[in-house]
Amino acid sequence: MSTTTTASPTEAKLWGGGKSPFSVEYGKVMMWYFLMSDAFTFGAFLISYGTVRFSTNGWPDPNLVFRSFPFAPEGIHAPLVFVSVMTFILIVSSVTMVLAVHAGHNMDKKGVVRNMIWTIIGGIAFLSCQAWEWNHLFHEGAWWGQNPFINADGTASTTNFTNFFFTITGFHGFHVFSGVVINIIMLIMTLTNQFEKRGHYNMIEKAGLYWHFVDLVWVFVFTCFYLL
Amino acid sequence: MSHTNDTHAEHGGGAIAEIKKVTIILSVLTIVELILGFWMIGMESKALVLGVKGTIVILMMAKAFYIVAYFMHLKHEVKNLIMTIVVPLSLFIWFIIAFLADGNSFRNLRNDYDRYFKEQSTIKVAQPEHGGGGHEAEGAAGAAHTDSAAHKTDTSAKHEEAKH
Repeated sequence: MSTTTTASPTEAKLWGGGKSPFSVEYGKVMMWYFLMSDAFTFGAFLISYGTVRFSTNGWPDPNLVFRSFPFAPEGIHAPLVFVSVMTFILIVSSVTMVLAVHAGHNMDKKGVVRNMIWTIIGGIAFLSCQAWEWNHLFHEGAWWGQNPFINADGTASTTNFTNFFFTITGFHGFHVFSGVVINIIMLIMTLTNQFEKRGHYNMIEKAGLYWHFVDLVWVFVFTCFYLL
Repeated sequence: MSHTNDTHAEHGGGAIAEIKKVTIILSVLTIVELILGFWMIGMESKALVLGVKGTIVILMMAKAFYIVAYFMHLKHEVKNLIMTIVVPLSLFIWFIIAFLADGNSFRNLRNDYDRYFKEQSTIKVAQPEHGGGGHEAEGAAGAAHTDSAAHKTDTSAKHEEAKH
């Protein structure tokens, strides 16, 4: 309450009506609130993973589980290499998305189209990598309800490891997939001059927020499953 | 909408420079994380492993900050908007402390009072053979058992039988 009485003149003007107090459009505020709720969903997943891991004596060593690489010769193990590639793909596609938003601010249709295409390619590349990794792990015998890997200390492991891995990376992969679909729709709308007619590229910004969020979640998923 | 353009115009010229800077920071942080990850492979000292893991978590938070602040542009938004996003998310501080402490306490309780649980986590097993075949059979058996190490070895034994 004290804040309202001591409000500065500018703040009073901000909330005095006639203009957006957040000085962003409605859709963008709502995208932020959606992403906040989505962050709680992913947070719940990752915290439950952490809780279960903390309540267990042993856990598989990620460097022995995730050590394969496409086209790698038999017997060659390269821990962390493939997931590094996936991480960089997602970071780069996030950068091209920022560049697309920036081009949108300058009403540069060509720049938006070029960067959106790169972002979509990055998204598809990430999904392909994930599909390869899931397929590879499945052929090693890992799936929901079955875990062929043993704990780092040599004791038998439970299926918690694979259950959490496939659930959380699967949920994230589904977000990447939706992001790619949204980006393709944005690209089509740009190509058909819908944003030129509207006079602004705000939709690209909102798709961009979603895409960056997907990248953000990967930062956490990548750290929790592959590094820790 | 016009407001968004106003705020952006203030640093319009430096926008590309900022994107470049943040890209470099994110790449460097990721590379440092990976170097730490490689360094941790086969590390003996438990205290050192814990320290490296702590460092990785801090680097992860730094990466998250740069993505949200610059790529998602939150740093350049109005303070009120930042607060409506950041304040609810600060609940996570409590969630993480409470749930991880709870998980840890549950493990201690089980180690103290559940002899079966304690016993299972001391028996060493051989790494089962990887490779194709027997997925369906193993899947059916594996799905039935969830949290028991004894069943797990049982499953792999069956797996071996099925092969012969």
